[in-house]
Amino acid sequence: MSDVQDYKSRLSDPSSRMMGTFSYLPPMSPEQIRKQIEWIIRNGWNPAIEHTEPAHAMSNYWYMWKLPMFGETDVEVILAELEACHKANPDNHVRLLGYDNFKQSQGANMVVYRGKAV
Amino acid sequence: MAAAKKYDAGVKEYRTMYWQPDYQVKDSDILAVFKVIPQAGVSREEAAAAVAAESSTATWTTVWTDLLTDLEYYKGRAYAIEDVPGNDEAFYAFIAYPMDLFEEGSVVNVFTSLVGNVFGFKAVRSLRLEDVRFPLWFVTTCPGPPHGIQVERDKLDKYGRPMLGCTIKPKLGLSAKNYGRAVYECLRGGLDFTKDDENVNSQPFMRWRDRFDFCQEAIEKAEAETGERKGHYMNVTAGTYEEMIERAEYAKEIGTPIIMSDYLTVGWAAHTSLSKWCRKNGMLLHVHRAMHGVIDRNPNHGINFRVLTKMLRLMGGDHLHSGTVVGKLEGDREATLGWVDLMRDRYIKADRSRGIFFDQDWGPMPGVIPVASGGIHVWHMSALVSIFGNDSVLQFGGGTIGHPWGNAAGAAANRVALEACVQARNEGRQIEKEGKEILLNAAKSSPELKVAMETWKEIKFEFDVVDKLDVQHR
Repeated sequence: MSDVQDYKSRLSDPSSRMMGTFSYLPPMSPEQIRKQIEWIIRNGWNPAIEHTEPAHAMSNYWYMWKLPMFGETDVEVILAELEACHKANPDNHVRLLGYDNFKQSQGANMVVYRGKAV
Repeated sequence: MAAAKKYDAGVKEYRTMYWQPDYQVKDSDILAVFKVIPQAGVSREEAAAAVAAESSTATWTTVWTDLLTDLEYYKGRAYAIEDVPGNDEAFYAFIAYPMDLFEEGSVVNVFTSLVGNVFGFKAVRSLRLEDVRFPLWFVTTCPGPPHGIQVERDKLDKYGRPMLGCTIKPKLGLSAKNYGRAVYECLRGGLDFTKDDENVNSQPFMRWRDRFDFCQEAIEKAEAETGERKGHYMNVTAGTYEEMIERAEYAKEIGTPIIMSDYLTVGWAAHTSLSKWCRKNGMLLHVHRAMHGVIDRNPNHGINFRVLTKMLRLMGGDHLHSGTVVGKLEGDREATLGWVDLMRDRYIKADRSRGIFFDQDWGPMPGVIPVASGGIHVWHMSALVSIFGNDSVLQFGGGTIGHPWGNAAGAAANRVALEACVQARNEGRQIEKEGKEILLNAAKSSPELKVAMETWKEIKFEFDVVDKLDVQHR
């Protein structure tokens, strides 16, 4: 039994809350985030940024940061907006979406900054 | 005006009436292609015409009542014959059926004709329905999936990756409380879904209501713990439709998001009614396919799974098992890709390299999510992501619960492996080729994945496929 590991997830531990796609991997480096943004652009999806207080992360509707960046293909511009949103809302989760208007869905959705655990 | 026909009793060759190679196919026709092996001494044209005749208007002899209607208008006709690559005994017979032969919105009616008496017919030694083209008028009269792929993603808040599931094992024999424990452990570890196995209905050792209650508690606790939405396919398959609906109503009452049915064993009419109930009640519907192997596995007789796939999309279901290509169950890769397209896409072009004989237009009908389940584990992950893409559910039963540290660790291992493969794919890497490297790298930060990879390294299922696409001998 000694080599069996306990699975550390607790209701009482806010760090057990997961954040959808990629939240089971270690945080991405700036270079890795850049590559995911390039994937959104390559697919022709519209980048968008949303944020929320961690206590309300289960809600469907996070706050929109401005409007979706329709037709934006410059990685730098998207990175700068992510950072601006994070700076303005340092305690909030911030996520990047790729709206796929043909499928009427989101092709990508990943949390880029994790807010303060509650 | 041509003179009216005279009644001429007796047996005529089918080909005189039902073989019509110059027939121009209409957009409104239902088209079917059968693989036929005729009895010795029966010509291809006669066998094809016989199939057309017996699956539409004719019987074995002329009857006087034929002359009370316009059979030229109502009959099905064989309009083309083709060799089957790699099988000299068999040929493909293409048959067109006029729209008037079928009741709107009734898949049951279409197949009672197409695969009715004709499959026991003496003039053919064996018969297999390979594909059916459903015209748009028919598609739009059928209910279709209760919700479809996009709605499911929105309801469950899952984007940018395949979803993950696990069938609870052992399939039979657990108490409801212990069963709920297995569900909870899987869901807290990172899976999106767990699943009742097909034969988990309401046996004495675990009645359905107890199972539903315990599983719902497992879902709710795992959601609170992980902050993610979860589901358990609550199997409402039962001996009568009334029992099924009673179980479905209860599932709705306790607030569960998804139920399941076995569309072949419950019967198509019962399944279609359940599917309509699901749309009306905002319930997702997972569809299992027990018995399909009886119908679709023999390459010379029965119904190809691509037809059973189209049938399910018409009757309605949000998930359908598709085969895994790489696991323990039967499945030719190209053929599987063909019916996966038929589940999900809006318009599918004929493509013989995938076994698709006809263009199929689904109009506005939502798509079905293919479910890859059976004998798969973390080592298969990169291949599965590459084959199935995002709009799929990948289900690891033994590959989750068989983890040396238990279900939660097994689930986490699968989730980490999945996300690592999705990340690598998005970065533009060749994940099927680089799968091992990607997983080994991900395992550096996940002890659960590392142990999973050590546990299942050697398992492979390398049996030859029985139902292959028809290709030329080499």
